Amino acid sequence: MNTDNKNTSDVKDWFYSEEVKKHFFHPIKFMKDGEEEIFKADGVGIVGSPACGDMMRFWVKLDKTKEKIIDCRWRTYGCASAIASTSALAEMLTENGGMAIEDALKLKPKDIMERLNGLPAIKVHCSVLGDQALRAAVEDYRKSIK
Amino acid sequence: MFNDMKNVYLDHAATTYVRDGVMKIMKPFFIEKYGNPSSFHSVGKEMRDVVETARDLIAKNLDCRTAEIIFTSGGTESDNLAILGVARANKNKGKHIITTKIEHPAVLEPCKQLEKEGFEVTYLSVNEDGIVDVKRIKEALREDTIIVSVMYANNEIGTIQPITEIAKIIRDNTKKEKTGFPVLHTDACQAVGALDINVLRLGVDMLTFNGSKIYGPKGIGVLYIKKGIKLEPLIFGGGQERGFRSGTENIAGIVGLAHALDLSQKEKDKENKRLTELRDYLIKELLEKIPNSRLNGDATNRLPNNANISTPRVEGEAMVLYLDSKGIYVATGSACSSKSLEASHVLLALGLPHELAHNSLRFTLGKKTTKNDIDYVIKIVPEIAKKLTEMSSL
Repeated sequence: MNTDNKNTSDVKDWFYSEEVKKHFFHPIKFMKDGEEEIFKADGVGIVGSPACGDMMRFWVKLDKTKEKIIDCRWRTYGCASAIASTSALAEMLTENGGMAIEDALKLKPKDIMERLNGLPAIKVHCSVLGDQALRAAVEDYRKSIK
Repeated sequence: MFNDMKNVYLDHAATTYVRDGVMKIMKPFFIEKYGNPSSFHSVGKEMRDVVETARDLIAKNLDCRTAEIIFTSGGTESDNLAILGVARANKNKGKHIITTKIEHPAVLEPCKQLEKEGFEVTYLSVNEDGIVDVKRIKEALREDTIIVSVMYANNEIGTIQPITEIAKIIRDNTKKEKTGFPVLHTDACQAVGALDINVLRLGVDMLTFNGSKIYGPKGIGVLYIKKGIKLEPLIFGGGQERGFRSGTENIAGIVGLAHALDLSQKEKDKENKRLTELRDYLIKELLEKIPNSRLNGDATNRLPNNANISTPRVEGEAMVLYLDSKGIYVATGSACSSKSLEASHVLLALGLPHELAHNSLRFTLGKKTTKNDIDYVIKIVPEIAKKLTEMSSL
């Protein structure tokens, strides 16, 4: 028997993993009110739409060489998995001193999902927009220096 | 003040617990009194009497004939039987059906099925207040309309539909007195615990309700079918329930449902008054404390236990899960649709933009809900709305 479903009546146990819950209830690096001016992002990306129920804004800050992401911020409108997946992405980008842009651009929804120890199938398609938001932010930076 | 984790269940429109009195009445029918009402011995006869006594109690509450009450497995089956059953049995009389865009899926999905079978269905819009305009029913009526199905009260926003007026519009604008068509059906699952269910006063030909919303058991429902209406069964077998619904009777469920209905009808005036006060207090405080929030559905013409509120920049599911972590159990949209990612079809039918339709929270109060519970909710919900708003990209 599959014991994973033993408590199907309890949202805490069946819908989202512990890792999703961690990022959902204690999200890291979301852009606080009034923080934007102080943060001075190098690029910002927006993906999704409120009509679909999910929308993300993602700000990136690069190091002096402009090869590496050293910090980021986000804001997400959406369900628990949308919020958690953006927070998880922020964690992935900024841990160990930051991630090279080259590597960051290779991130796929699958990588974010793995970090979250999985998501319910129905949530994967529309809620994991973080990688797109990140790409849009990098794109925005590249345009700004041209 | 609220340091202790509370457990505030405000999802009574999804389902209620079984009340003590009802449970007590049901209990013997699981172990001691287990006969089959169709058996020819005295054990069976005793069960037949139990079923018919329960049927009689329900008929008294609806002011109809005992034989007009059919037991089913619940609200969904009753709705399916009413719509599919009447349409299929009377397709030579007409192939047009009128319903509304805010019906429960248990009505909308059989209608969609009938479209595949060659019927034409008119899905009427509702006004911004969540109430169907009877003029639209009048305009939609045709010579070949065989069913009009309008819910008595909506499950998401609690708005009460003008069933008596709709019945009159149908009588005045069709040849119903001569032909019997169109048949008027109402899904009263949400209404039955709080509103008048006298079928003669309502003027309906068919009425659906079930046990699980009125502190009775799940898995049992009723379809009132006015004498003379022909309908094709969905389930074939031993010919129970006058052939409309085969299968050995769910006696514990039948007895429990009958008593739950009787009790809720007896208590409704007093309980409605109490719930209305709590509901209005909840609505007033939440609208005041959450900037730019809005109440969905008419403020007064709604069920006494329903508050449905859209928060401006926060998606409903995120709110539900945060509230869950604080011991507050509410719904977004309806429980039935929470597994889909679609915005509420009811709120979209009211003309709400997608983002506000995604952002609804449904609070449905119950018998055990206290002022203290509501005070806790009023404290927690705005805090969480604020926290999620800070994270929101809208």
